[in-house]
Amino acid sequence: MTAQPVLQTPEERESYLNAGHSLRSWLLSTDHKRIAILYLFAISFFFFIAAGAAALIRLNLLTPNGTLLSREGYNRAFTLHGVVMVWFFLIPSIPNTFGNFLIPLMIGARDMAFPRLNLASWYIYLGGGLFTLYALIAGGVDTGWTFYTPLSTMFANGHVLAVIAGITVAGFSSILTGLNFIVTIHKLRAPGMTWGRLPLFIWSHYATSLILVLATPVLAMTLILLSAERALHLGIFDPALGGDPLLFQHLFWFYSHPAVYIMILPAMGVVSELVTAGARKRVFGYWFVACASLAIAAVGFLVWGHHMFVSGQSAYASAIFSFLSLVVAVPSAVKVYNWTATLYKGDILLDPPLLYAMAFIGLFTIGGLSGLMLALLAVDEHVHDTYFVVAHFHYIMVGGAVSGFLGAIHFWWPKITGRLYSLTWGRVSAAGIFFGFNLTFFPQYILGYLGMPRRYHVYPPQFQALNVLSSAGASVLAAAYLLPVVYLIWSLRNGPPAGPNPWDAKGLEWQTASPPPTHNFDTIPVVDRPAYDYPLTRGVADE
Amino acid sequence: MSDYVTLREPYAVSGQQRDADFLGMYLFLGAEGMMFGALFCLAFAYRTVHPQASALAARHMQLWIATANTAILLTSSLFVALAVHAARNGARRVTAAMLGVALALGLAFLGLKGVEYGIDYRDGLMPVIGHPAAVREGPAGLFIDLYFVVTALHALHLTIGLFLLAWTAAVVLARRKRIPAQAVVVEMTGLYWHFVDVVWVFVFPIFYLARG
Repeated sequence: MTAQPVLQTPEERESYLNAGHSLRSWLLSTDHKRIAILYLFAISFFFFIAAGAAALIRLNLLTPNGTLLSREGYNRAFTLHGVVMVWFFLIPSIPNTFGNFLIPLMIGARDMAFPRLNLASWYIYLGGGLFTLYALIAGGVDTGWTFYTPLSTMFANGHVLAVIAGITVAGFSSILTGLNFIVTIHKLRAPGMTWGRLPLFIWSHYATSLILVLATPVLAMTLILLSAERALHLGIFDPALGGDPLLFQHLFWFYSHPAVYIMILPAMGVVSELVTAGARKRVFGYWFVACASLAIAAVGFLVWGHHMFVSGQSAYASAIFSFLSLVVAVPSAVKVYNWTATLYKGDILLDPPLLYAMAFIGLFTIGGLSGLMLALLAVDEHVHDTYFVVAHFHYIMVGGAVSGFLGAIHFWWPKITGRLYSLTWGRVSAAGIFFGFNLTFFPQYILGYLGMPRRYHVYPPQFQALNVLSSAGASVLAAAYLLPVVYLIWSLRNGPPAGPNPWDAKGLEWQTASPPPTHNFDTIPVVDRPAYDYPLTRGVADE
Repeated sequence: MSDYVTLREPYAVSGQQRDADFLGMYLFLGAEGMMFGALFCLAFAYRTVHPQASALAARHMQLWIATANTAILLTSSLFVALAVHAARNGARRVTAAMLGVALALGLAFLGLKGVEYGIDYRDGLMPVIGHPAAVREGPAGLFIDLYFVVTALHALHLTIGLFLLAWTAAVVLARRKRIPAQAVVVEMTGLYWHFVDVVWVFVFPIFYLARG
């Protein structure tokens, strides 16, 4: 595309942002880009609420005898943190904001397949989220985000039913979003946009959507059964009747383990975009990365039993689940190798998006390798229910998924808003998050290995030094999370205009204006080139 | 297909819009199938763990009512299929009439189901209400409670289906949806109704027939 010599500011040009300024024009918009912005506000709100609960947890753990929170208060704080982070931040984070914004732009479509359903999905999500939040704060729930029976059905106090209802409602938002993505990717690709030319971001969202559509209903049904048992005292999982609480765990993790891939796959898609644009190279092994997404989604459905190694399930089942959990690491590793190979001899610019992508690769690798340790039966027996597990999944969820989310914000912010932010501050925040994150969570690996159990509000005094380190890291992390809020908002007024393609990237979304017009493209593009059509090697002029 | 179809945003071609509608509906029904699938897995697990108690509980179910209901529901699906066929041919009144017959059969199913629940209540099978029968003690109670959860959720889906049938018949008759141009409305309602039927095809053997 030709670059415009004099860049217009976003206000001077027609775009989706100034297509209407009333609140109504936002709240009733069926434009996928506006809905993405609505999601961005909602998930940011839930993120900071849940992060506040995490701050309470870390403050309480500064001292061995837990002076800040009572036992009950601590349980409620980590339940709020888990429930809100998992269902109202991590699962919708990248798909519902960036997936919504970018999928039609990347495949050359004017909108999602079902625009009104898309908006309905946001209302369902927000309704479920606010209701859940109200129940969590007004009544409190102390079961943890996993709601294991019989604790949740017979013994837990607080608003368990209300929280479960809110989560079930939000689940339908997930299903509808996944459905919309799949139909959009199948049916609305621009002429020439074959499956083999799709950006890897699209492939990972396709895999994510399959999980959203096929796994979320099982969670909904499990929670409905839980409600029936708690409210009506039906015998479903009750051991007194010959029922089996383990069945609840099977059903719960049949959703909740694939849900981990709902959180990480979109971030992997983001990293594929960031790495190719940052290295100015074609991706190494396109089909391997694309099929790795599908393989992770497929095998991810078959590993749930590794959450129950010490629950008394049969040793045979445990061995199978252990093997399959090791298998699912293969496509994940393929991705890591391919990103690294893409960076190799690349024309690298250390801009904030690439820094976040590299943070993702490093932290995800550490989290993934510790995941392999946990997949081994012998090691898991030792560290099950300790801080080792907590550190493992925070490396994947925070180090991986949140880094991917922030990388996406820093990469597509100029496209979304039409403004550039301060690259220097972007680099500072990426470095701060990397440092703060490691300081927070690496000590937790050691704590867990030494035997500190999770979910206790007190601990033996010999663990204090590592806990203080972890809490200090959390404060660095908190500051580094707030930093982008400041300079990104500042850029909205004061940032220089970005132009259509500030990173000189190759995706279709960069060929339209920034911010895009309401109908995305003035004419629907015709695609005749593969994805990531960068010059093949240095010195060879390909264009 | 007809050459005149009302296009919505963001579609430019009628075939594309129709394909998207079908794919969306199939995915939705796939998700619904996973919901009921979870329940059937639970039933399978408990039948494996407690085979005798499950068979004993199944013998307390009203086999003849369920058999009649199976026949009624399958017949209703036949009429829905005829309605779809008529809609594709643009036969407005025939479409509405076929949907009406399916609606009546669906209501008959719900009526019989109500009679069956009444018998269950009299027999003391109901959870929460009534005087619990001896069979509800122990593992058979798990089977019976699961039976109520599954059949109640199926009845809920069927009730939604009845509203869809009534609405579709009404809009076709009142020409608010023109056929064959907008026959996809009838097709979508039809798919949903067939799904309700398919779920029952699993419910019937699992909770009634396997009593040995």
